[in-house]
Amino acid sequence: MEVRVQNVRKEFDRFPALHDVSLDIRSGELIALLGPSGSGKTTLLRLIAGLEMPTQGKIFFGDTDASEKTVQERNIGFVFQHYALFRHMTILENISFGLKVRPRSTRPPAHEIRRRAMELLDLVQLSGLEKRYPNQLSGGQRQRVALARALAIEPAVLLLDEPFGALDAQVRRELRKWLREIHDRTGHTTVFVTHDQEEALELSDRLCVMSQGKIEQVGTPDTVYDHPTSPFVFGFIGESSELPVTIENNELWVGGRAIGIPAGDASPGNARLFFRPHDVELIEAEASLAGVVSTSRRVGGTRRVELEIGGAGHLVEVDLPFDHPAGDKTRLAFRPRRWKLFPAT
Amino acid sequence: MATKLTARRKRRISPTSESRPVQWLLIGIAFLFMGVMLLLPLYAVFHEAFLKGIGAFFTGLAHKDAQAAIRLTLLVAAIAVPLNVIFGVAASWAIAKFEFKGKAFLITLIDLPFSVSPVISGLVYVLLFGAGSFLGPFLKSYGIEVLFALPGIVLATIFVTFPFVARELIPLMQDQGTGDEEAALSLGANGWQTFWRVTLPNIKWGLLYGVLLCNARAMGEFGAVAVVSGKIRGQTTTMPLQVEMLYNEYNGTAAFALASLLAMLALVTLVLKTALEWRFGQEIAAGANH
Repeated sequence: MEVRVQNVRKEFDRFPALHDVSLDIRSGELIALLGPSGSGKTTLLRLIAGLEMPTQGKIFFGDTDASEKTVQERNIGFVFQHYALFRHMTILENISFGLKVRPRSTRPPAHEIRRRAMELLDLVQLSGLEKRYPNQLSGGQRQRVALARALAIEPAVLLLDEPFGALDAQVRRELRKWLREIHDRTGHTTVFVTHDQEEALELSDRLCVMSQGKIEQVGTPDTVYDHPTSPFVFGFIGESSELPVTIENNELWVGGRAIGIPAGDASPGNARLFFRPHDVELIEAEASLAGVVSTSRRVGGTRRVELEIGGAGHLVEVDLPFDHPAGDKTRLAFRPRRWKLFPAT
Repeated sequence: MATKLTARRKRRISPTSESRPVQWLLIGIAFLFMGVMLLLPLYAVFHEAFLKGIGAFFTGLAHKDAQAAIRLTLLVAAIAVPLNVIFGVAASWAIAKFEFKGKAFLITLIDLPFSVSPVISGLVYVLLFGAGSFLGPFLKSYGIEVLFALPGIVLATIFVTFPFVARELIPLMQDQGTGDEEAALSLGANGWQTFWRVTLPNIKWGLLYGVLLCNARAMGEFGAVAVVSGKIRGQTTTMPLQVEMLYNEYNGTAAFALASLLAMLALVTLVLKTALEWRFGQEIAAGANH
């Protein structure tokens, strides 16, 4: 089922949480809503679910206007960050809940409900735990039950609100891979909210980066990572270094020195240069960015140094091989392999 | 060497705890106080009740006025407690799950019966429904007696016992949040199904606990009921009122026989309360502040 969010605005007590947001979600895709806290990503998800009603704008499920429909009528599967499993019901009862509460006319017979619940339990690899209660399961297991419970009603759209937010790093990585597998097998249109860019990049077909109630950029993980359209997206997706530069004679200048980077079609004046710390090469040319090492830290397999560029004291981060001999006050010259220019603010 | 040894011995007690003598002193005071203030009176009640033998005890209970008082007390509790359960659940639901203006005021109002003297609570109803009021004569013209009759007693009892259920449920429901309800709704359940299948099971032990406390108070309430009942023997005297009347007539055995029933109720409540706490401590803890 494709979902179209059309010019949606949401206010809480006149405080705007979303400003005029539009988003097309394709049928069968796994899309991530990514942003820092307060960016409106959870609000957007809850609006799609029908747990909140928009102040303005419409939401379409396929061709039907879902904006006026209640959460029950929308037939969505929602997975909560803190699981929200019914603590007084067994795992099997939790999974069958959505089918059991249907009106008699559409409710499958009891044995059919049980068969489907057991099948889903198998899908989420928890067979044998059907008689347990939620508090007897680990966090990762609980979230899998929550997903099975949401899938039981055969939802038009699957919505996940920071599904792995309450889990520790290792379980998170396992569940991420596992969610991708489930999605590939069942093919539900899936929207999930996360503040973890690594999770979004790894898991999603497309991601939608949000900030301060607006959508900053929508695209595949590669597009968003390689071609961010705003300084915010560049800084939020992955590591980034930033440096103020001047554009003159179609070249970039820092502190009165050309750094060997063409300006392309950027107009003359001040600008901001963005690059990824790992995407640089050390060179011995006059036209380069040169600086003095101010701090140096070993981070896993690389050495991250902070360089003070020019006299103005601008600090940028650059990754070096971990066995690079650079120490305090070492002078280094480098040039980013890939970069992005944004107008000065 | 010697100082080192004593230092080590002292360290055995947790560093944040008091020394042994102080501990014993405090525990001793607590038990002594309980013994003198609570156990001794309780013993006295049962002692007095059975002073003239078990026959006199049952004669006292079998008297038709005593029987009427027991029936009235049970009837009042049977009306007041269910109503307070409904009010209490509705109020706590509203407070815990919705955001609205005047919420803090509502919470304060719920606590009002706790802070007002029961006699005042009773007088409020006398003012509202008495002969000099607007409502009293109006209702009387339709043949409805409120004061010095069952409705007045029930109203006063509801007023006094209102906070028990709500106070128990509000923190519990606030603690649980709205996640479970949202999950149920997203799975297609309607409001009614969500309440019966998700919300109510989540609060059932806290609710039961609140009902126990509410019931104990409803049956034992004296002050507010004394003001509105008019103390018509055999008609508007509840058990506590009957006890007082018998006692004032120097009918000690009958008074204490009835009092011992009330004391038994207190003991049963206490045992059930402890059993609940022991079995479902964690679920109740969120709401336990009495």
